[in-house]
Amino acid sequence: MAHHKLLPRQYMILGLVSICAPLGDSCLSRGMSKLPAITLAHPASLITAVFTPWIVLGIALLIGFFASYLTALSWADLTFVLPATGLGNVVVALLSRFWLHETISLERWAGIVLITVGVGFVAQGPSLTERPETEEPVLAEVELEEQVR
Amino acid sequence: MTILFPIPQPGFWAATAMIAAIVLTSTTGEVLTAAAMQSIGDLDEIRARSGLKRAIRAVVTCPLFFAGVAFLALAFFALLVALNHLPVSLVAPASASLTLVTNAIAAKLFLKENVDRRRWTSAVLVCIGVYLLAH
Repeated sequence: MAHHKLLPRQYMILGLVSICAPLGDSCLSRGMSKLPAITLAHPASLITAVFTPWIVLGIALLIGFFASYLTALSWADLTFVLPATGLGNVVVALLSRFWLHETISLERWAGIVLITVGVGFVAQGPSLTERPETEEPVLAEVELEEQVR
Repeated sequence: MTILFPIPQPGFWAATAMIAAIVLTSTTGEVLTAAAMQSIGDLDEIRARSGLKRAIRAVVTCPLFFAGVAFLALAFFALLVALNHLPVSLVAPASASLTLVTNAIAAKLFLKENVDRRRWTSAVLVCIGVYLLAH
């Protein structure tokens, strides 16, 4: 298996994968907790909720997560990208400790250490499984378009 | 006057089935999405050569991508159902950590990824770590 070295831009995309999902979830959680209870009897209140600033920010961050996740999967293996999603939990836990001054139990510190070591482990290895040279259909199409021009 | 009905707690097998439904649909969705992106090729390269519109078109015209998204949506609804019956402190860590391991197995079997010892170790460490952090 050849070592596929990632470019700084690709590390940035993996960083976005890690950070956008937990931050988006936190924004949704903060936005929803500020609203009165939503019941099935008043579904319109859910539509109103979508336009509140925290929910808008949360949705934007989750769209950013999905776009960067898809981009990462186009040049890296699923088993390489997935541990990066776990790293986001560490970011949120550290933010809650040092920014919001919440206490973190010993159990959670152990979780932080295990995720960090796990991500470090996979990041040392190759990002993509070496496969026999077959050109991807879409890339071939793009090349054909360029030749026609 | 509001009458509150006590919601019966599901048994062990019902809880296991609910968590298994989340893990299975989520894993299928992740694997199908990854297969779609692999079949399309490097999105950065497509965007650099033909622009963002072409890159987006390549994704949204891929049937595998929609199959993946459909399963991810099913996983989301399975999560909602489970959260309606089980405590979040059980559902969130159990489904998040188990999905990491099932994804590694599915990636090896269906995507033919080279899941070597390093990746297995990483999947297991992150799985235990997510469980401890979310529990």
